[in-house]
Amino acid sequence: MPELMLEIDDVSKIYPGRRGLFGASAPVQALKNVSLSVRKGESFGLVGESGSGKTTLTRSILHLETPTSGTIRVNGQDLSKLSAAELRRLRARVQIVFQDPYASLNPRMSVHDIVTEPMVIHQETLGLSRRQRTDRAAEFLSLVGLGPQHLRRFPHEFSGGQRQRICIARALATGPELLLLDEPTSALDVSVQAQVLNLLIDLQDRLGLTYFFISHDLAVVRYLCDRVALINRGVLVEQGDSEQIFDRPESEYARMLVGAMPEVKAPASAGRQD
Amino acid sequence: MTTPLLAIRNLHLKMSSFDGQAHVLNGINLTVNRGEIWGLVGESGCGKSLTGLSVSRLLTSPPANYPAGEILLEGEDVLKLKPAQMQRMRGNRIGMIFQDPTTNLNPAFRIGSQLVDVAMAAAEHDPSILECQPGAGSRERRKAARQLAGDMLERVGIPNARARLDDYPHQFSGGMRQRVLIAMALIGRPELLIADEPTTALDVSVQAQILQLIKASVQDFDMGVILITHNLGVVAQTCSHVAVMYAGNIVESGPVEAVIGRPAHPYTQALMASIPTRETKRGALQGLAGTVPNLIRPPPGCRFAPRCSYALPACTAELPAPRIVGPDHAAACIRAGEIGALAHA
Repeated sequence: MPELMLEIDDVSKIYPGRRGLFGASAPVQALKNVSLSVRKGESFGLVGESGSGKTTLTRSILHLETPTSGTIRVNGQDLSKLSAAELRRLRARVQIVFQDPYASLNPRMSVHDIVTEPMVIHQETLGLSRRQRTDRAAEFLSLVGLGPQHLRRFPHEFSGGQRQRICIARALATGPELLLLDEPTSALDVSVQAQVLNLLIDLQDRLGLTYFFISHDLAVVRYLCDRVALINRGVLVEQGDSEQIFDRPESEYARMLVGAMPEVKAPASAGRQD
Repeated sequence: MTTPLLAIRNLHLKMSSFDGQAHVLNGINLTVNRGEIWGLVGESGCGKSLTGLSVSRLLTSPPANYPAGEILLEGEDVLKLKPAQMQRMRGNRIGMIFQDPTTNLNPAFRIGSQLVDVAMAAAEHDPSILECQPGAGSRERRKAARQLAGDMLERVGIPNARARLDDYPHQFSGGMRQRVLIAMALIGRPELLIADEPTTALDVSVQAQILQLIKASVQDFDMGVILITHNLGVVAQTCSHVAVMYAGNIVESGPVEAVIGRPAHPYTQALMASIPTRETKRGALQGLAGTVPNLIRPPPGCRFAPRCSYALPACTAELPAPRIVGPDHAAACIRAGEIGALAHA
């Protein structure tokens, strides 16, 4: 039995309806009895369309959102039972990379400040001196294919792909075991996407990271992930090995999604249908 | 020989910026006939959208200026038209759809009234689209325009179309809004539709429906389409032809089966190699190092040479002219034949 990094057990989340000036809105069930588990060292893909509950689930793993019912365990620890200090310590080991590298870096902070900030926040856990933090930032920048010469630069001086590398370096700064990747390549060109995906694979091999990869791009998920879960309207529709889901989808929804995937292969007879 | 619907001939576009003039389109040649869907692909900053915007003359000059070239819509040079004439052309002969369906509808007006406005404006130039008697009063024409708006919504697959004319944009989902915009673009019965990343903001399942709709409209309306996208999968699924752009040049063009099946330009090959497919082994994906060059001081000769793994010293001498590598299939690379053969040996 492989060790589990993340266990999500029967989680539901209901956002209460609001009563306002223009009448009441109904409560929204964003997650409905979702259960899944992620093994240590694997890449787990979560696929769903907009509004399916991907983000709610991700935020719940970071404990930015409290589930209405059910439990989430990271490394065996139940998030809802942790004290604030314990939660802070745990968060050093769970980091996230967001979708839009243009919006997730503060334009007024230098790369040095961006990458060292998490180490300052988790000072208590990590106990690094200022000097060590700078060295470590330089080290992580080299790891993601940038270098110490970039420490004094600002986000606007970098291309989209380089910015996403900075985001990854920042996420790695606290030495996490679990990395949540929220559509990390969907704002990038395919050529750059390929580089970032290869970087992620390389980092996983070197650092033994566990990835929780959220995406609606099935081709990318198939490339990167060992196991996949499909979520639709808050309900987990299907989960299993990548190969199985992509080659022999069982549910109607999975078949529809896989069928809608635009594949790059020369069509037998494209276009002009006279 | 008949005149093509759209013929772009040797189009150059320069944009002035604080750092100098950027030569963003460097001699574009493209011919689109009715019934053809041309995919325009490339990385960001390659000039795809600028080509589309140039055809509908939506770039203000300055900063844009066209030192050379012509854009012929059925033989008439769009670049020489006066603003008023151009206004007539947009909506009636050229329809456009943009990426983000949310920002292209006015949230304060009902869908129906926005569609009716477009229909009324289009009818000023071409009264036949409303199918009214000549000399019909404005009330009668508005009624006909509303009828047309309902028909169009129905045609683009919006359920219960007539009732939804009175809804506001926020009551529609992203995919439905894109359908409304397609209806809006088609209402003036354009001959040429320019779709700039129409499905980038949408989910894959909705994307497939919208692409299907565009494909069907080409047949219904006998139009030509330019589909701007960065997704080669979308091109393979939808287009009849494709032009691959790099740094302001069309580097390869031809029928989709030929270009995607037997890419002859190193850039097309690199783009295709960076998309994961069923067969791609984990870690085996090939990226394309570097970025699109600065177009204020572009590299000499072939603009792709600095990133190209096949580059020779001769590549930097002059801009390579397109070479024929198959029926209607051209690639602007001095080693096109050789590289194409290498990759498919």
